[in-house]
Amino acid sequence: MNFPFAPEQASNFAVEYDTLFYLITGFTVLTTLFVFVLCLGLIIKYKRGSGKPEDRRNPMHHNTIIEIASSGGFLSIGLFIFVWGAKMFLDMRQPPANAMEINVIGKRWMWHAQHDNGVRENNELHVPVGVPVKLTMISQDVIHSFYVPQFRVQFMVVPGRYTQMWFTPTKAGKYNLFCAMHCGTQHSEMGGYVYALEPKDFAKWKETGGNRFQPKPELPAAAGKQLYDDFMCGSCHTEKDNQRAPSLYGLYGRQRQFTDGSTMVADNDYIRQSLLAPEGKINKGYESMMQPYSFTEEQILELIEYIKTLGTPIPTQVAGGAQ
Amino acid sequence: MTTHVATDEKNYLQEGHTLASWLLTKDHKRIAVLYLISVSFFFFVGSIAAMMVRLELTSPRGTLMSNETYNKAFSAHGVVMVFFFLVVAIPAIFGNFLIPMQIGARDLAFPRLNLLSWYFYMAGGIMFLIAMMSGGVDAGWTFYTPMSSIYSNGQITLALVGAFVVGFSSIFTGVNFIATIHKMRAPGMTWWRLPLFVWGHYATSLIVILGTPVVAITLLLVVFERVAKIGIFSPELGGDPVLFQHMFWFYSHPAVYIMVLPGMAVISEIMACFSRNKVFGYHFVALSSLGIAALSFIVWGHHMFVSSQSMYQGIFFSFTSFLVAVPSAIKVFNWSLTMYKGSVWLASPMIYALGFLGLFTVGGMTGLYLASVGTDVHVTGTYFVVAHFHYVMVGGTLLAFLGALHFWWPKFFGRMYPEGVAKWNALLVFIGFNLTFLPQFVVGWLGMPRRYHYYYFAPEFQVYHVMSTLGASALAVSLIVPAFYLTYSLFKGPKSPPNPWAARGLEWEAAASPPIKHNFHGVPVVVGDVYDYDAEAEELALRGMTKEEA
Repeated sequence: MNFPFAPEQASNFAVEYDTLFYLITGFTVLTTLFVFVLCLGLIIKYKRGSGKPEDRRNPMHHNTIIEIASSGGFLSIGLFIFVWGAKMFLDMRQPPANAMEINVIGKRWMWHAQHDNGVRENNELHVPVGVPVKLTMISQDVIHSFYVPQFRVQFMVVPGRYTQMWFTPTKAGKYNLFCAMHCGTQHSEMGGYVYALEPKDFAKWKETGGNRFQPKPELPAAAGKQLYDDFMCGSCHTEKDNQRAPSLYGLYGRQRQFTDGSTMVADNDYIRQSLLAPEGKINKGYESMMQPYSFTEEQILELIEYIKTLGTPIPTQVAGGAQ
Repeated sequence: MTTHVATDEKNYLQEGHTLASWLLTKDHKRIAVLYLISVSFFFFVGSIAAMMVRLELTSPRGTLMSNETYNKAFSAHGVVMVFFFLVVAIPAIFGNFLIPMQIGARDLAFPRLNLLSWYFYMAGGIMFLIAMMSGGVDAGWTFYTPMSSIYSNGQITLALVGAFVVGFSSIFTGVNFIATIHKMRAPGMTWWRLPLFVWGHYATSLIVILGTPVVAITLLLVVFERVAKIGIFSPELGGDPVLFQHMFWFYSHPAVYIMVLPGMAVISEIMACFSRNKVFGYHFVALSSLGIAALSFIVWGHHMFVSSQSMYQGIFFSFTSFLVAVPSAIKVFNWSLTMYKGSVWLASPMIYALGFLGLFTVGGMTGLYLASVGTDVHVTGTYFVVAHFHYVMVGGTLLAFLGALHFWWPKFFGRMYPEGVAKWNALLVFIGFNLTFLPQFVVGWLGMPRRYHYYYFAPEFQVYHVMSTLGASALAVSLIVPAFYLTYSLFKGPKSPPNPWAARGLEWEAAASPPIKHNFHGVPVVVGDVYDYDAEAEELALRGMTKEEA
């Protein structure tokens, strides 16, 4: 159910979101009306010097039962809303394992997206209907916020760390994409549209190179390999651990141990940190020898994609389609 | 108690007419008047900025100003209204004037510190005005990093130092109130006989002295990062941008209560006087102010549900936010029930107080959408939030401020304003306010982000913006009108009797209007309970009867 002038419901979250939203609206309207009627009634009945004198004997100045009952009643309704809202939030924060992954980079004042087959787009995002989509997001400069009102989803895009959000589009169409965190001069124009396409349309769009109709887009991992070779990462990070540096083969997702005794699973944030500020986390048994590199966020994501493939066969075909 | 003031005695306004007698005064009442003048000036500046924003938004592409100018206008509106009006207005003007009088003291505990607080306020204010005129600030009143610390041009440093300095003015006032309330109560003025106005300011002062140092440090750290490139918040320098939000909101959420608790304190006084009744659930209302003060320090994360803090943190802060809603909600019921078996007198302060009840209810209830972590996701950062906090801050604090101004005007200056105009104007404030901010709930729910200069990509938003600007125009008129009739009353208004509202409380019953320099002759002794009204007797008296006859 949706009201005629309400925002469109175009994702898996929208219907449940609106149900809770309307419930709180009902509670708000009823409470406001109650206060209004209560005040109006008391004013009319006890207006100074009006009509016949009301009975004002034995005025009531406190009533513990009313205080406790109204506090308890209000709190119970509040806690019901809290539990439902928290449950919904947990859903929103935990993407399903089979979600399609897209990388998003925010910068003043545009959005940039990288699909897994190398298709890139600016200020637009194409997604398939019926498929969970997970966005891995980072900002090149200040804090932005990725907001699609018709999907009822929003999350901030922060410099220095990856954030993620997910949704499943449920209805083909063109929806607003806004930056919802003030980011400077052209903040209001940092946006565009999200296009939800039927799966076969999406597959065709992606296979034919997206908006630019590139005949053979370069795979992010291949772009990452190019960087890896250009910067000669392999001269220290060989296939096996050596004295100078640990191997990066099979690194992704593996537990790492550091000289300060701490441990961490090698994920996107770890690899990004190790590129930009390698001295922060030195693997146990090694010395700090690597210099920091200043890659762009796009390059870092490509390098991560390449490192993920190390130790596994490199895909040779352009991956396409929604599946 | 009766008024025992000889009519030929000088009141505090007549104690010296030189500029130095004002600028070097240690009289809490004169300092309150200094604050009244300067706070009104800053309110005017903030309102001009607001009108610029509203006029610009009538068109989806803007017509009057550039992106930069627009960003500076809404930033100036936010900074001036929050730091130089809302936080300061009621405590520094009415708290300053009334707390010593309500507890039976001659002055605040530290009169020199009180004067110093006004100089700090002015110094901070002038710094911000210079910042505004010499390039402006475009980072919003929240100064989020790394935009404020690295990316933004303009006079951020000067503005931050201004906000830092004005913070000390609040701390001085807070320390002064706490010491005064603890140590300077007249004989017989026990804690449970304190007017709720005093209780509210006591709770506010606790928040001020615990919270303000944190934001002062935070703003200073931004200055360090901006000027000396010391990496604290910017990831490029090795800092954490979200850390700023934690530190900023650790103060700035409690600051919401710094702004609204004094408003609630005013409403308690007005509801009691114009219902001729004790405030319903006096103890509950007093303790709930302290409860709100305590809880307000563990809800800050609800500003950061989608900021990348952990989802479990989000759920924790959502839970605590629902808890803090309860005492506020119950206060509304208590104020309403104060009219039960009372004698409701619809004078202009009472109309403002009733307006407060309505608007604060909507403001509080719409907080539930934002406290619930799931429903916050879609509306955070949109006009829904803008509407919500304006209902609380303007509907709450501004209406309470106007109510206080009308209630205590004769106490301050000994003159009456035209009551008929004042009543109709109070109604216009209420209507103009609702017309301004109700459409903003809708447009926020439709997805309009706040701080947007253009919205040509969603032209369906325009109708709501036009409605909002019409409302803001009505609101502007309703704020100009009192400026005129109150100023007029200072010179031509009829002289007020010492207690025109027949109100209870030491400030009305034991002091003249305007009060003498030392407030009272001798030390008043308190024997009765607070809000010792008798609605039944007053109603009977109106009909020429006594209780015995009836």
